[in-house]
Amino acid sequence: MTAANLRTITPELESLGAEPYYQTVADEVALFEAAATKRLPVLLKGPTGCGKTRFVEYMAWKLGRPLVTVACHDDLTTADLVGRYLIVGDETVWLDGPLTAAVRAGAICYLDEIVEARKDTTVVIHPLADTRRALAVDKRGELIPAPPSFMLVISYNPGYQSVLKEIKPSTRQRFVALEFDYPGAEVEAQIVATEGGIDAAMAKKLVRLGELTRNLKGAGLDEGASTRLLVHAAQLVGAGMAPTVAATAAVARALTDDPDMTQTLDDLVRAVF
Amino acid sequence: MVERKLFEHELEEKLDTLLFASASHRSIGRLAALLEALPRRHQDLVLHWAGVAAQTNAELGHMIAMQAPQGLERLGDAGFEAWALAGLDTYDKEGLRAAMERLRDLDGFVAIRAGRLCARFAEVEPRLARFVQGLSGRGLALKAGAYPWTDTETLFLPERIAHFAGVEDNRQLYKALAVQLWAQTRYGTFNADLDGALAQWPDAHGREQALVWLAQLEAVRLAACIERDLPGLGRLLAELRGDWPAALQDAQSELSAPGADVRATLRWLAVFMARGAVPPAPTFCGRLDPTAAARVRADRIARDTAILRKALGALKGAAGTKPAAPNAFAAQINAETGALEVSVDGEAVSLPADVQAAAQSLAQDLGEVPPEALTPAGDGAWTPTDKRGPAPELARDRQADFQYDEWDYHRNAYRRGWCHVYEMPVAPGDGAFVREVKLRYAPFIQQLKRRFEAVRGEDRIRGRQPEGEEIDLDALVEALHDRKCGAEPSPRLFSRRVRNERSLAAMFMVDMSGSTKGWVNDAERESLVMLCEALEALGDRYAIYGFSGWTRTRCDIYRIKSFADRYDDGVRARIDAIEAKDYTRMGVAIRHLTQLLDAQPARHKLLVTLSDGRPDDFGDEYRGTYGIEDTRRALQEARRLGIKSHCVTIDRQGADYLKHMYGAASYSVLDDVKKLPIKVADIYRKLTA
Repeated sequence: MTAANLRTITPELESLGAEPYYQTVADEVALFEAAATKRLPVLLKGPTGCGKTRFVEYMAWKLGRPLVTVACHDDLTTADLVGRYLIVGDETVWLDGPLTAAVRAGAICYLDEIVEARKDTTVVIHPLADTRRALAVDKRGELIPAPPSFMLVISYNPGYQSVLKEIKPSTRQRFVALEFDYPGAEVEAQIVATEGGIDAAMAKKLVRLGELTRNLKGAGLDEGASTRLLVHAAQLVGAGMAPTVAATAAVARALTDDPDMTQTLDDLVRAVF
Repeated sequence: MVERKLFEHELEEKLDTLLFASASHRSIGRLAALLEALPRRHQDLVLHWAGVAAQTNAELGHMIAMQAPQGLERLGDAGFEAWALAGLDTYDKEGLRAAMERLRDLDGFVAIRAGRLCARFAEVEPRLARFVQGLSGRGLALKAGAYPWTDTETLFLPERIAHFAGVEDNRQLYKALAVQLWAQTRYGTFNADLDGALAQWPDAHGREQALVWLAQLEAVRLAACIERDLPGLGRLLAELRGDWPAALQDAQSELSAPGADVRATLRWLAVFMARGAVPPAPTFCGRLDPTAAARVRADRIARDTAILRKALGALKGAAGTKPAAPNAFAAQINAETGALEVSVDGEAVSLPADVQAAAQSLAQDLGEVPPEALTPAGDGAWTPTDKRGPAPELARDRQADFQYDEWDYHRNAYRRGWCHVYEMPVAPGDGAFVREVKLRYAPFIQQLKRRFEAVRGEDRIRGRQPEGEEIDLDALVEALHDRKCGAEPSPRLFSRRVRNERSLAAMFMVDMSGSTKGWVNDAERESLVMLCEALEALGDRYAIYGFSGWTRTRCDIYRIKSFADRYDDGVRARIDAIEAKDYTRMGVAIRHLTQLLDAQPARHKLLVTLSDGRPDDFGDEYRGTYGIEDTRRALQEARRLGIKSHCVTIDRQGADYLKHMYGAASYSVLDDVKKLPIKVADIYRKLTA
């Protein structure tokens, strides 16, 4: 293998063709656009599966910018974001990490679940998130200024209870924060119907189930059913599964392993359909 | 020789002496006529038990005599005696009303005697409670009662149900009844003046009939509501109940219409009462107690209104000032989300969750949020008070070990040196409880240890080390690159596994207030045993302290395990001896333990509270808002010191204040005390994962 035929991840690969489906809930689209114009970084917070990732995809499409998404995990290091050397033949070749690639291309870089990443990654994020807007690549002694179209977006879920995973004030105070939650019943039903390809009446029932499970949050469940889970159930129904079977598999079983809670969720599924 | 039967006048004389105190005294003539038909043996039996019961309460005696002919026929002599005894038993435990219901419920007793498989409240309660919680955002408690009814905050269900022959069917009946009562609160059964409407049947018998009819007719209306919102549940109810009794079918079409409310039911009630028919048995619809429900509902409305008005009063305008005129407010319920939206001077303002909950509770009770609830309150504070009794002895034979400030939200300032803290070790027990718990939960503890070891075992690979067990490829590649360019390569080319240093200190604060007596205290002690076992596997630094007290001058902190103590027999003996003491003045306990925790040289510090309810102390002062605000303040102080706090509670009604005190993500509510031991260690693991 030579350096020439090395296939690398480039932001262009992530450019979105078709319009992703996204249902506007409040003024989040306008806010995001304003932040993009003013080159401000954005923090999305909200429970899992409420549409944060989809929102970023939609905005990238709307703004016509490439999107680089990084799902953060607890072994994610600075090198994973910035890049590293590889040996190709008897040469060393530098390979940009996703963050560097996004900066070079003027893309939107979306760091999903930022709290999961190792603490040292914040070192490279901070200069990009304030007026400096530059990425320092230590290993190459390079300082890459971000072009105007580069935008940093991070997300986290404030519902996680771990005291070791909290976003530091010095980090969060650099961002414009948009709060997400599950949409109201009617909007959610519309989303579930559209995404799942099912009729409005069935979507309404699924949304009702979602509401019932959210009543149990903090009383045995860490989280109620997300919009994403409801969409999964809708898609199973769309594929011909019986509603109770679909909802049990996609919602009830997905939410908990606790046998007592499982029983309760089954009861709720049976109550709704 | 067989004695001759007693004649009516003789019976009347005897009953007269036995039951002279009974309010139903005037019907003794009828009672005597009823008993005359019985053989002498039975007459004696009845007179004996009626007499025994009347010594406790004349009404019970009357009820036993009334039911006797039917009871003797269906139960036989021995069964009759057991039935009477069960009634007296219920009286001792639950009072007259429950006992009368018990005695009236001959069917139930017959079923149980016949060995029918009954379902018990205790076994269905946890599952039903979760189910009801799922159905409704507003918390409803479940309690055992003599018969199914609700005061709009608690659903009372019978101790056991033996209506059907099979256990599963009886369990379904529990569910159906719970749903029925939930529906009464959800779809507005009590949203009209029921007592006023029932006043047209003033005599006890008429009112009783009207109540049963009302419950039946409401059941028709509610079934349609349930069917519309929760079709699956609607089917379950219909299957269990079968067809509506023929008598009800007239009213069915009107009451099942989407817009029908309780006023429509009251109109039909008048029709049915005018017909004078006997209502069908209320097996599936529960009973109504409009007076009790109205009282609880009025209290709740007053409380919710006060919360809402207070929150609005505290709102600042957009410029950070109080709005100039009351009409600067606009508040409305969003039709789609059901949330209350408030704007001040045209600017949308977000309301705290407890205020939202109060607004929605009002909307549920009244169909709307009334205008008076949307008028901001003045400065007068509202605090619930219902504590009586003399103040305790304040004298103490020694000086306080520590003194702490307390936050007074009335003054918006601290009261300096207000709380006197005494720290002392728990007088050790013999350790038998701990041994027994370890034995009983042995397999679980094993599992717990393994899981915690797995957390600890997550070693980290540290790269760029001068030596180590593996080559660090990244470092090697860089070194090669450097050498090619002519720079001096780094010799740090290895990676090494290092133990993950958690650097975490945890403080467990255990509620030792009087309310924890019994189950809760046992569960707390069991939890601590599990925790200690698990934490020993993990190697975190931890301490356990209990707290209780009696007014501000006697805040006791009990040392169970300090950070320096090892988990040894001494600690085990102290866990053994944790007992329920007095009150729950939480703020000062948090402040003291925060001090101890702050002195620990760890990077992460965690304060975990095990509690069964809200902060409280003797006298009115600390109860309610004052205690909650002080506790919240103490937690904020801890947070400023870099201490994270988490509360594990079994107070299911606590959603309103817990979120305010701890913040949304910092508490866990357990639905069942019995789960505390199994869950606490798990919660800790999640917190520190």
